[in-house]
Amino acid sequence: MRLEPVANPTALRTLAPPALAIAATVVIASLLAMLAGANPFSVLGLILKGAFGSKFALLETLNRATPLIFTGLAVAVAFRARLWNIGAEAQLYAGALVVAILGAGLLDWPAILLLPTMAILAMVAGAILLLIPALLKVRLGVDEVVTTLLINFIFLLFVSMLLEGPLKDPMGMGWPKSARLIDEARLPRLIEGLRLHWGFGLALISAVIVWVIGTRTTLGYEMRAVGLNRNAAEFAGIPVGRVLIKTALLSGGLAALAGFSEVAGLKGNLTLDLSPGFGYTGIIVAMLALLNPLGVVAAALFVAGIFVGADSMSRAVGVPTYLADIMLATALLLMVVAILLTRFRVVRE
Amino acid sequence: MPDQTEAQVVLRLDNITKTFGALTANDAVSLTLHKGEVIALLGENGAGKTTLMNILFGQYTADSGGVEVMGAPLPPGNPRAALDAGVGMVHQHFTLAENMTVLENVTLGTRPLFAPGLNRAAARARILRLAQDFKLSVDPDARIAALSVGERQRVEILKALYRDARILILDEPTAVLTPQETNDLFETLRTAVALGLSIIFISHKLHEVMAISDRVVILRHGKVVHEGAIGDTDRHDLAARMVGGEVSAPKAVPGVAGAPLLALRGVSTPDRGSAPGLKTLDFSLHAGQITGLAGVSGNGQSALADLVGGMTRPASGALVLNGADVHHWSPRTAVRAGIARIPEDRHKTGTIADFDLSENAILESYKDPPFSRHGWMNWRAARAFAQRIIDSYDVRCPGPGTRIRLLSGGNMQKLILGRVMEGAPQIILANQPVRGLDIGAVNYVHSQLLAARDRGAAVLLISEDLDEIMALSDVIHVISEGRLSPPFARGTMSPAQLGVWMAGHGFEETAHAS
Repeated sequence: MRLEPVANPTALRTLAPPALAIAATVVIASLLAMLAGANPFSVLGLILKGAFGSKFALLETLNRATPLIFTGLAVAVAFRARLWNIGAEAQLYAGALVVAILGAGLLDWPAILLLPTMAILAMVAGAILLLIPALLKVRLGVDEVVTTLLINFIFLLFVSMLLEGPLKDPMGMGWPKSARLIDEARLPRLIEGLRLHWGFGLALISAVIVWVIGTRTTLGYEMRAVGLNRNAAEFAGIPVGRVLIKTALLSGGLAALAGFSEVAGLKGNLTLDLSPGFGYTGIIVAMLALLNPLGVVAAALFVAGIFVGADSMSRAVGVPTYLADIMLATALLLMVVAILLTRFRVVRE
Repeated sequence: MPDQTEAQVVLRLDNITKTFGALTANDAVSLTLHKGEVIALLGENGAGKTTLMNILFGQYTADSGGVEVMGAPLPPGNPRAALDAGVGMVHQHFTLAENMTVLENVTLGTRPLFAPGLNRAAARARILRLAQDFKLSVDPDARIAALSVGERQRVEILKALYRDARILILDEPTAVLTPQETNDLFETLRTAVALGLSIIFISHKLHEVMAISDRVVILRHGKVVHEGAIGDTDRHDLAARMVGGEVSAPKAVPGVAGAPLLALRGVSTPDRGSAPGLKTLDFSLHAGQITGLAGVSGNGQSALADLVGGMTRPASGALVLNGADVHHWSPRTAVRAGIARIPEDRHKTGTIADFDLSENAILESYKDPPFSRHGWMNWRAARAFAQRIIDSYDVRCPGPGTRIRLLSGGNMQKLILGRVMEGAPQIILANQPVRGLDIGAVNYVHSQLLAARDRGAAVLLISEDLDEIMALSDVIHVISEGRLSPPFARGTMSPAQLGVWMAGHGFEETAHAS
């Protein structure tokens, strides 16, 4: 068997592989569920029901998808320009930190002023955090994979230090957590009476904006050119360094919005377990979405659904929640194969 | 027993048809190769030569038709079977592992994966014997990375011979060789034929085709349009059949020199690795003239091209544009200053493979209206611009939405040409503008350069092909180790005299005189 490049993939060819990847993931998950001694159909059914089966489940999934949309967009934007931002986790915490500092009473403003201010400053913080590796890359050629990855650990330790020290909630009974946000600093609910905050709306709007930037703006054209062929972009007069810096600012800002939305929308204060790896999962989301901003929304819902559904399934039948991790890893690997099959066709000999 | 007069048929292609989507790359192509024969396969870019050879070698599967080697049908789509049947292919782009030795490259893939130990002594002896028999001088223990292009090609041929190839297919083998190396290659090919091998030789260079082949097969738009003995034809006839009409190389009448549009005053640039920088260059490009830059590859041509194209700045000295010193210099300022830049490598620097034609057409001007206003792209304008280039520069493609990866080299170059020439530029930097193109495309590019000169543009033509330089240039400079010879007017120097300068002689004397 051999691979032959496909000249112009049809829509079917583009969409079928991801669908098959998901189907194959389900099959593999069933086998694992059988290994764990459960009926695979009931396990899958419970995951589906736990993720989308009730109003409560659906809202939980949407809530869980919200930070993943932000980090997924952050990664998609950066990867499109071949800026390997592995640091969405730290950028998320940078955004969360800004909210925890400003929203706990430091700024006593009405919500209409306070929320946008916090969002913007959170984005600035995330952007600055990615600006440092981006500058090192552009000026000195330092590999951003290493720097962004390591900044995650440094920044998390920094947040931990703050939570044990100056930011520690005096009413927190000694737990390392920040003081609760004032009411004006909390994101309102998207629809009255439903447990879904405006962070989700903001995530959807962000996805559309990122998509428009990519396809309709001069910056988007520059970012794609730099990502596809840096030599040619430079020769043509595209300011490659500046484009990478702009990409970094956008990517860092998007990841920070995940932190903003989690603290201001969901948690109400900052703890070290704010993110169970949303920054890293964002990479999976972006890859599943083939780096397409609108695809990121769908991929984030899929990933969030698996996590939420697996939690609920585990409570019901006792198959470990690790099944969710395995399903995601399988889906990612199969997606990589699927991408290959989108661009190439297998030729039998 | 084969017939005395009718030599044994070693290869038969029978009614091969292959389509890619709407494009018919091969249309019922039949071809017969006899023992001890050299067939030249001629055709313009996109005529279907490479597709046909890829089918023969099993890299593509034909839609219909069959291949027979030594009278036995070859299973389609199986390179292994082709190799085993004695078909060896030397690709235009070499497929050698750079960090391994000649011996390792030649034996690679000839033994089972887990066979204990490689019998190096036997393999070396076999390679040396083949090298001697076929006049291929190569050191079996040299690392590929240390070899010249000509030597690497010999390794590729050795690879095929080591696998007992009886049929050799050479795809554009001379494109990368110096004239001396080409002669050596032909010597090898003649020896191979005398030893009973058969050869299919793919080329655009008609004098080579005339020199080496017995028969010629011409493809046009996927069909065989001519087949005959080489003695029954001549270069002019072949060229006409290849493009399907009369071809005339553009005749260059001397240009009238105008004012200097771009000048270098004592410019130096630093060396980059083994590539020399420029050594206090004084040089000017005049309106209405083609200035040719001759020289052996890697003597500072890239440094000069990068400087004029805005990729680098002078480390010392001044760049003078239209009479004014230039202070800020970048690709963008060069484009803004009206310099049309045809880059040396159209794949790596000239185009973005996964961008479509529209996106590639506006690569240099994407920031200017009408393509971009206040940060928003106007794709309608970009498509219209690409369509205009497609129409006026005869770019063969399905439309502006086609990814440029799918275009042939000639059509890619036409798009680049259109992109840079649309604004009627006053200064044109043409760096190896016809490398790898077929005659039709070469003549087209040359006539465009001449037309630009005739309307008053200053053209800098950089080429490693001395014939091209001498045919087109009004003034010739020779570059050697980053130093520039004085300008020689058209017709004042013979190739031999230029060759002396190209070898690096004569520069010191000038330095003293000035």
